[in-house]
Amino acid sequence: MALYSEKVMDHFRNPRNVGVIEDADGVGEVGNAKCGDIMKMYLKIQDGIITDAKFETFGCGSAIASSSMATELIKGKPVSQALELTNKAVVEALDGLPAHKIHCSVLAEEAIKNALDDYYSRHPESKN
Amino acid sequence: MNIYADNAATTAMSAAAIDAMNLYLRDEFGNPSSLYSAGQRAREALDSARERIAACINADPRCIIFTSGGSESDNQAIISAAELGKRAGKTHIITSPIEHHAVLHTLKKLQKQGFDVTYLPVGTDGIVSAASVAAAIRPDTCLVTVMFANNEIGTVQPVAEIGAVCAERKVLFHTDAVQAVGHLPVDVTAQKISMLSASAHKFHGPKGVGFLYAARGIKLTPLIEGGAQERGLRAGTENVAGICAMAAALEESAASLEENSRKLACLRRKLIKGLSSIPHSALNGDAEKRLPSNVNFCFEGIEGESLLLLLDDKGISASSGSACTSGSLDPSHVLLAIGRPHAVAHGSLRISLGEDATEEQVEYIISSVTEVVAYLRGFSPVWRDLCAGKSEFIL
Repeated sequence: MALYSEKVMDHFRNPRNVGVIEDADGVGEVGNAKCGDIMKMYLKIQDGIITDAKFETFGCGSAIASSSMATELIKGKPVSQALELTNKAVVEALDGLPAHKIHCSVLAEEAIKNALDDYYSRHPESKN
Repeated sequence: MNIYADNAATTAMSAAAIDAMNLYLRDEFGNPSSLYSAGQRAREALDSARERIAACINADPRCIIFTSGGSESDNQAIISAAELGKRAGKTHIITSPIEHHAVLHTLKKLQKQGFDVTYLPVGTDGIVSAASVAAAIRPDTCLVTVMFANNEIGTVQPVAEIGAVCAERKVLFHTDAVQAVGHLPVDVTAQKISMLSASAHKFHGPKGVGFLYAARGIKLTPLIEGGAQERGLRAGTENVAGICAMAAALEESAASLEENSRKLACLRRKLIKGLSSIPHSALNGDAEKRLPSNVNFCFEGIEGESLLLLLDDKGISASSGSACTSGSLDPSHVLLAIGRPHAVAHGSLRISLGEDATEEQVEYIISSVTEVVAYLRGFSPVWRDLCAGKSEFIL
């Protein structure tokens, strides 16, 4: 069996939503270079809806694929729904990850939650 | 273009090795311990293989025992020296921090049993000095184990000098020569090596077979108990086909060693020069005191596994010392030992050329790596911070 599923390789080779949102409403960064994975997520939010999501990732194939998939899963969705995104959903959408790569999906979940926290701290009024 | 550039991991079997193997798998399948003629022919083949292998490293054939490969040879050499040392009340072992895990993990086990292990300093050039070995030897030192050439960064250690120091101080000297045999001149007599480990699949032989050289008078401890094969030092029916193939492969490698080394060193220099022009990159280990086939670089701002996967898409098989490829949380212990910080060590690439490599392939590797590194940096938050001056470049 190959190391990664075809889905993972597709999102690794052709990552969706790569880049930066200069006027992002929320930015989240997780991981550290020492461990070999850093993910940065940028969100554009309008009326409680994530209208755009972009990412930058320093990391292995599954880290890049997880970031790509996670942004796809939340784009166009209400913030409330994005908050419920789990790493498991990312893994499932990627048709699985090897056991020692699950942490990549956890990072993707955390990066999004981090970006949403940033959004709430900038827009405390939207919390209600 | 398809380029296999991971010859430090394993090599393709040579035609001579495959032929030798086939003969002993298909026709001459006798057990060397059987007394009828089919068995005795297998015995003769083993004896001949032992002699030919011994000749390639200037050893006495009686000092060669066949094993399952480099790891077993390393284990047996170290455990034997430790056993001998313990009996003489000597429980200190000297090694380097850039050894293969077959050495390091065996030593860790011995440390738990009370052995004291000194890890010699290694410079940014990836080389251990013979002077540091001399300074570390104590009256209770029973073994110095330093590899011949490093498997990751390819640096060649001053084996003859270390051998001389050990001979003078009457300490056993073991060298893991898995990357060297068949690629560098190895002469156990001139280099005063007490024990040497080798593995067939690194020099175009089959996997699962190797040998251990142990100078006369060194009593080896068997790791596998059973029959009297290999003078009782390694039980189990001999891997006749594998051993004969190993001998054929080694003879061929040894015969073309000089010519191949010259050719590969030229290609290596070209590759190093080409990859050095990638901004914020650095060669790991000394530029010249390294295996002719080995190039190892760190590229700042990217991670090694994604680099490997994209190179694979371009037909290039290479390797990396990143955590993701090592299967642990830490990047290569070798890169850390030569002073590369974690963040940079994750972005390493090892290219180990085969003897059939061409200038055209080297050019393709340079352009592919340059392209992939630039692409990955294009969406790396680490690279962005470095370029924005938010963090400082290391390389």
